[in-house]
Parts: sequence; C-alpha cells; structure tokens
Amino acid sequence: MTTFAPGLVADLVTEFKAKGRIVIVGASLAGLRAAEALRDEGFNGQLTIIGDESQEPYDRPPLSKQVLKGWVPADHTVLPRLRDLDADWRLGVAATGLDRVTKRVLLANGDEVPYDRLLIATGTRSRPWFNPKEGALEGVFTLRTADDAGRLQAALAAKPGRVLIVGAGFIGSEMASVCRELGLPVTVAERAEGPLVGALGGVIGDIAAEMQREHGVDLRTGVSVEALEGDAEGHVRRARLSDGTTLDVDVVVASLGSIRNTEWLEGAGLAAGFWGVGCDAGCRAFDINGVVTDTIYVAGDIARAPHVLYNYQFLVLEHWDNAVFGGEVAAHNMVSLEPDRRPHLPLPAFWSGQFGVNIKGVGVAPFADEIVITQGSVKDRRFAAAYGRQGRTVAAVTFNHGKWLEYYGALIERSAPFPPPPPGYDQAGDMTPIPARFPDPRALTGLPDVVLTGHDPTDRGAAFRPKKR
Amino acid sequence: MTPETAWAEAMRFENRPDPYRFFDELRKAPVARVADDVYAVTGYWELLALAHDPRVSSDISRSPVAAKRAAAAKPPPEAEHMKAYGDQPSMIVSDPPDHDRARRQAMRHFGPPHTPDLIPSMGPGIEQLCNDLLDKATGQTRIDIVDEYAYPVPVTVICKVLGVPREDEATFHRWIFDAMAGVDLGPEAATDEGRARAEKGRASVAALKQYLQGLVESYAGKPGEGLLSKLVNDDSPDGPMEPQEAASNALLLLVAGHDSTVNTISHCVLTLLRNPGSIERLRSRPGLIPFAIEEVLRLESAVQFFPSRSATADIEVGGTVIPKGSAVFLMYGAANRDPRRFADPSRFDPQRPDNEHFGWGSGIHTCFGGPLARLEVNLALEVFLRRVENPRLVVDPPPYRRSQVFRGPQHLLVDYDRIRD
Ligand SMILES: Cc1cc2nc3c(=O)[nH]c(=O)nc-3n(C[C@H](O)[C@H](O)[C@H](O)COP(=O)(O)OP(=O)(O)OC[C@H]3O[C@@H](n4cnc5c(N)ncnc54)[C@H](O)[C@@H]3O)c2cc1C
Ligand code: HEM
Repeated sequence: MTTFAPGLVADLVTEFKAKGRIVIVGASLAGLRAAEALRDEGFNGQLTIIGDESQEPYDRPPLSKQVLKGWVPADHTVLPRLRDLDADWRLGVAATGLDRVTKRVLLANGDEVPYDRLLIATGTRSRPWFNPKEGALEGVFTLRTADDAGRLQAALAAKPGRVLIVGAGFIGSEMASVCRELGLPVTVAERAEGPLVGALGGVIGDIAAEMQREHGVDLRTGVSVEALEGDAEGHVRRARLSDGTTLDVDVVVASLGSIRNTEWLEGAGLAAGFWGVGCDAGCRAFDINGVVTDTIYVAGDIARAPHVLYNYQFLVLEHWDNAVFGGEVAAHNMVSLEPDRRPHLPLPAFWSGQFGVNIKGVGVAPFADEIVITQGSVKDRRFAAAYGRQGRTVAAVTFNHGKWLEYYGALIERSAPFPPPPPGYDQAGDMTPIPARFPDPRALTGLPDVVLTGHDPTDRGAAFRPKKR
Repeated sequence: MTPETAWAEAMRFENRPDPYRFFDELRKAPVARVADDVYAVTGYWELLALAHDPRVSSDISRSPVAAKRAAAAKPPPEAEHMKAYGDQPSMIVSDPPDHDRARRQAMRHFGPPHTPDLIPSMGPGIEQLCNDLLDKATGQTRIDIVDEYAYPVPVTVICKVLGVPREDEATFHRWIFDAMAGVDLGPEAATDEGRARAEKGRASVAALKQYLQGLVESYAGKPGEGLLSKLVNDDSPDGPMEPQEAASNALLLLVAGHDSTVNTISHCVLTLLRNPGSIERLRSRPGLIPFAIEEVLRLESAVQFFPSRSATADIEVGGTVIPKGSAVFLMYGAANRDPRRFADPSRFDPQRPDNEHFGWGSGIHTCFGGPLARLEVNLALEVFLRRVENPRLVVDPPPYRRSQVFRGPQHLLVDYDRIRD
C-alpha cells in the first residue's frame, strides 16, 4: 500500500495557489470580499468574476436609506476595494449554466469559463409583483439594485400624492420611514399582524407598528393588496385591498421579500432550490443527494448552511455581515487543506435604521418561542429584548440600545439560560417571558430575512437508494 | 504570591513604574478576590464579559469601596452634606437610564451627529500650541515632556471646549493634583501621610466642585461659549442639565478631558525612546503613528481601571463567583497584557494586528472623548517627531505620579540636540 507523503499534499496547495483557476459567480458583496480574501490568502492563480449587473460591486444597505433620501446618488455606493485584485471581470453577462463534469460555467454570451474551484454568490433578487401586467405599470417599483434605487428616488423626489408600500419587512419599513422624512403621505400594507413580524415576532411588531403610526404612516395590517389599477397612460393610480378598501396612489413599492438566484444551476445536480444552495458549515456545496462537493463553494444571501447553535438546522441569512464573513471563509477553505479549513458559523447580526431608531439584532429570533424585554424603556424607544426557546437564549434585539448587544451575543453563543438574569438597573419592567408570536416562516407572510429551513440539505428531498448487492 | 499580596504590590507606590509583573502574577486567576469585598479582573475575556454585563453597576453609591472611604473620612463625610445640598453624580459613576441621558446631553455639544465639526476644527489650533511649546524649547537641550509639552496642550484645549477660563488653570491644577493624590487604593493609604493626602484630596475635590458649580451657575440663563454653557441652556429632547448635575459632569470632563491625554502623550514619548529604531520608523512611515498610539494605550493604559463598579448580583465568571455587593475592578492595563489575547504582550509593536485593547474602556462607559484625545495625541506626537532632533531619555524609569488609576510619569526628562524649525 502506498500513502501520500504530507510534503506532496502541501505541494499541491502551493501549486494550486500559483496556477489554479477560481471562478466567482455573483459580483456583489460576497463575491468581492471572497475575491479579496483569496488574494490575501496568497492565491496567485487565475481569478474570474462573473456578474450580470454591469456596475462595479456596490453596497445595497444605503439604497433604502441614504439613497432614497436623496443624500447619496444611486450610483455612489460602490463598495470600497480593500486591495488590488488582478482579476478577469466579466460584468454585464449572466451565468446560465454549470457543467460539473467538464467543470465549466456557461455564460449568456455563449462563452464557457473553466474552473478548478467555483464560488456561487448569486444572491437574491426582489420578488416581483405577482401580476406581471400590474407590475409593469409606471410607478410600480421593487428595490434591490442601484438602478431600482435611482428610479424610485426620482419618483419620490417628484412628490407623489401617496406612496403605497406593500410588505413591512426591514426594507419596506425603512422605505416608509424615508417617505415620512421626505414629507410624503405613505400607506404600508402588510399581510401579517404588524411590521417586522417575520423577523422579530409580534411583540416587537406591535412596537414597530406604533412607531410607524407615530410618524404618520397609514399602516394597514392583516390585509393584502389584491390589485393595482392604472390610468390611460399606464401609470398606477389605485390599489384595491383585501378588506374591500381602495387607495389613490402614485407610487407603489412591492417589498415582498426575495427570490434566490438559483435558476442558472438547474440541472447541475446541486442542492439548489427555493431556499438557496445547501452547503456545509465550511461553505462547500451539497449535491442533491446531500453529498458534499469538493470544488464548489457558496456564500452570501444564497447560501443555506447548518448551524450548530440552532440544532443544525439549515439557516439562510440575508445579512450584510453574513455575506462578508461567508465570502472570507469560503475563500480560505478553497485554498486550504482539510485540517486548516474553518467553519462559517456566524452569530447572525443585522442592523436597520427607521423612524429615528437604530435597530440591531443578534442571533436567530424566529427560532424562538418567547421574548422578554430586559432593559430600558419601550416607551422611549430605547430598550433591549432577549428571545428564548425552551429555556435557552437564542437571539436579542435592541432599539437605540446597541451597546448592550455584545452582552446578549455572548449569552447566545453559550446557549445561556432564558430568561437572562435581571439587570442591576434600568430594568424594563416585568421580566416574565411572553410568547414572541412568530408566524410560520414557510407561510411567506411577514418576510423573514432569516429563515430556518429544516434539516434536509437539498430541500428537494434526496432520494434514498439502497446499495444493490 | 497570593492574590492579596500581588494586588498590594501592584498598588504600592514604588511599583508604579511597573505594576505589570504583579498583574501577571494576579492574572493566574483572571478574576480574583484581592481584598475584603474587592475583586480584580485581569483577564481579557473576563473583563470583556463584565464590561458589558448589566449586573455590573457603575453607580458609586452602590460600591462598598466608596462606602468604606466615606466612613474613613473625618470629619464625617461631606457626602451627607452634599446630598442634602443636592449633589448629583456624574455620568461615569451612574447607571442607565441616568447615565445614558447625561451622556446624550453632553455629547450633543461635543460630537456627531449634532456637533460633527467641533473636534476636527480644533486641529490647527492644537498643532499651533504644540509648535509654540517647542519654539520655547529651542534655546535649550533638555525638556520635561510632562510639564513643558504634554500637559499644556490638553489643558488648554479642554478649557476651550468646556468654556473654563484658561487663566484659572493654576488654581484648578493644584486641586486636581491633590485630588488625585488623595485617592489611594494601595497599602500606603493607611499610613498617616496617606490619611493626610486623602484629607487634602477631599478638600480639593470640594473646592474644585464649588468652583465649577459657580461657573455653571454663571452660565445658567446667561449663555456663553463652550459645552458647559450649552449643557445648562439646552432645549434638546432631554432638556437642559440641572446645574448640580452639570457641575459634577463639568468636573469629570475637565479632569478626564486632559489628564489621561497628558499621560498618554508622555507614555508615547517614553515608549518610543525605550524602543530603539521606533522613532526613525515612525518618521519614515507617519501612517503608523495612530497605530503606535493605540499600542501605547494598550501597553501603558492611562486609565488603569476605574474603581466605581460593583456587582448587583452573584456573577459567575472565569471560574469564580463574584458575590453580590462586591467591588469589581476592571483592570484595563492588566487585561491589555493578557497573553491569551495578545501575543508577546509586553512587546511594543505598532503593527500589531487586531489590537482591540481596553485603553478606552469597554461597554457603555467607553471613553466619551476618544476622538478629541486621539487628535491631540496624534498632533503632539507628529510635531515632536518632526522637530525634536536626536531625543534621549535622561532617567528610566521616570518618576511616576501617585495615582494607581490615572497612571503616568510625574516628569519625563528628555535630552536632544536641537529643535528643528
Ligand atoms: C435595499 C436593501 C437594504 C439592505 N439593508 C441591509 C441592512 O441594513 N443590514 C443588513 O445586514 N443587510 C441589508 N441588506 C442585505 C444585504 O445587502 C445583502 O445581505 C447582501 O447584499 C448580500 O450579498 P450577496 O453578495 O450575497 O448577494 P447580492 O448582493 O444579492 O449579489 C448577488 C449578485 O449576483 C448577481 N447574479 C445573480 N444571478 C447571477 C447570474 N446567473 N450570473 C451572474 N451574476 C448573477 C446579482 O445580480 C448580484 O449582483 C439590504 C439589502 C437591500 C436590497
Ligand atoms: C488618551 C486619553 C484618554 C484616555 C486613555 C481615556 C480613557 C478612558 C477610559 C478607560 C474610560 C472608561 C472609564 C470607566 O471604566 O468607567 C473613559 C471614560 C470617560 N472619558 Fe476618557 N480618556 C481619555 C481622554 C478623554 C477626553 C479628552 C475626554 C473629554 C473630552 C474624556 C472624557 C471621558 C468621559 C466623560 C468618560 C466617562 C464616560 C461614561 O461614563 O459614559 N476622556 N476614558
């Protein structure tokens, strides 16, 4: 029997770093940070970055905040470059297929790009308005890209009579906040019982609802928008709601959550589906049988990976932090041998700014069944709350109280008992946990941007084929 | 060595130039009981956890240390009399929500988002001050970095920021000096001299407080320049600050607003001169200066700890349970040299990666004045590096000031060839 000498294996890494070919599909946050990390890791081989948007990689969080307010032009959120890349950029061209046998990415222009290692970072897109004819009316928008933001900003700057935002997740709520800052009449229609309910539950949703109303938002919960009507010029003018009411509107923004960009992986045999591309904690993609691949990695909004803190359920995280750290870990693991590989086990973290309140969170709130407001004052919109599941602390959220987040992060990391011990001062009141009131994430109301998607790596169901004797 | 002994040695005056050997000893238990009702935290991770734990209070009236000091005071503590008079604690010794409110009220007139331009606008004036001080030193070949350089800059700056008349400096300087010498947490506190220092310190605090009370009251209703006037005449959502509370915070801002900056400038010069080649390195790569300053803060921590904190519940940390009611000293200086967090922790390395030290504290009481202090120390060091030719230490270690909390050289003599233009 022969064994490989460790020296030879190490040589493979050196050689791969010098001559390997890495292809990244998706030229946004996760893709760019992964590319930079690859170079930092000493990868000197050929690096190709494919993106269907023609702009340089840019940052999305400002789009629903500074850009809509008109403070920053839509094309001014280009992501800072952390280092030289020396990469072959293929911008403005989509990947349309993946051939795992010949190890090639197929492009819309007919080109084929060979790879030794592939990173899938194609993220998500906005869920479009369900009725394409209505969705095509002038004045109907979604918000995901810089172009979207530019068009929407112009429409808001034109002082529409009323803006209707359909869907009160984080982005929808941020947009409503901007509308009020701009002095625009705005209606928010949300199918769930309140804003942010999918991400933070009904207790926090009630507070978010109060905030919206205090700031003059016409918030309608428990209703859906059933139809949009246009005028003779094809501009949207009216919306019909499920409660039978109608609204005169000039701008409608569909903020209905996202769709994962997995279509180009059709037929490639990967565990790609509705909730993204399944991968292990080291960012390696699973195939449809739940077998981990050696050459294909996944990062960012499109990744779906099991998380030790959440009973190894597969987690999708549409958060900025997750794209950055996921990209970095994927890059590291792509050029490392097995003993040096690292897990991407983020403590999920996010932030949002709306109605003058800085909302920050850690952990996975929808995993929880209970909540307790621990510190501060709900009335003053300055408080911290912890989420628990079966006696463990699993998440926390702060409203204008972000300096306490680190404490809760540490509690979550060690699965500390829930409720947490009472603080020594500035207690929010009664420390008895109450139900957190989360809707079923699979019901597609409430727009969660963190979803626990069960234990099945493929979410299409792997067929179990007993070995033939 | 028992934790008690290591602690007493670390606090002893003669060990002020290097308490770190004793901190290393103490860190064998990262959280250790070092005296009755007193726990010292010297481990990085343990300190990080406690600095963010809402069961650790900064409210000085809850601390057994404060209670003991008050009880030791004769004549009976002015605390009683001050309470009757309506004395209000400053933000650094209070808890939320009062802490948060006071900090917001003060920050409004100091930094972003409401006052983004104040600190940047001070840059040219600070640089001018530094240059003027070195101009004065052109005819000579020796300078006391503390008295002739590090002290005058921040004290002038903070007077301007707060609206405290610069001409009163000589008066309040003495009070502050005595006040700090009076707070002794070491074995010498129990000596006759220690008691006398404590007495003098208390009187000085009272005098300083009265002075600032008068100043703040003079601003109430008659707005003038500076933060103190704005504090008591404000119409922000939190309203104006009550004069009593404004006076306490004025005292905090005046003292914290220059003293640690002085010590940091002095320690920067001391550290660079102790590490051959580093002066040349920073001169050739000025971009490293901000990193070098952070590294000095890690190594020498101008605020070694702040003795306000206590546990409001039994807290388990680092294998120890801190009993409810105990004083909790977060030893920033010691944790900044925890080898579990910082490789080769006693080495000065301006390019140290991931240098998240506790020089500015951690948690909600994290330094309020960081951006101003950074600007001052940066400019002072830049000007020093540019103009002082061939600087050399005269005595090492230099004589230190008595305070264990605000640690820094009393004097720092440096010889040089000449001051460049
Ligand atoms: C308006 C808005 C506000 C946000 N605010 C916050 C916030 O406050 N805090 C927070 O934590 N997160 C926020 N986010 C989320 C954050 O921006 C995302 O988590 C992050 O952008 C994910 O990065 P990514 O690289 O994984 O995916 P994406 O940014 O979605 O990038 C994927 C890229 O791949 C491209 N692509 C897709 N398919 C193909 C294909 N077949 N071929 C080639 N290219 C393809 C896409 O066009 C896109 O450029 C916000 C998002 C939006 C839209
Ligand atoms: C290099 C110089 C400085 C250092 C090293 C320093 C360090 C620190 C540290 C460690 C703390 C935390 C104290 C605690 O544990 O409770 C603190 C708090 C504080 N500092 Fe500084 N400081 C410096 C300069 C300044 C300046 C210039 C100002 C004012 C303009 C200032 C104002 C304050 C205030 C007000 C607090 C209390 C904050 C609170 O309680 O919320 N400091 N500082």
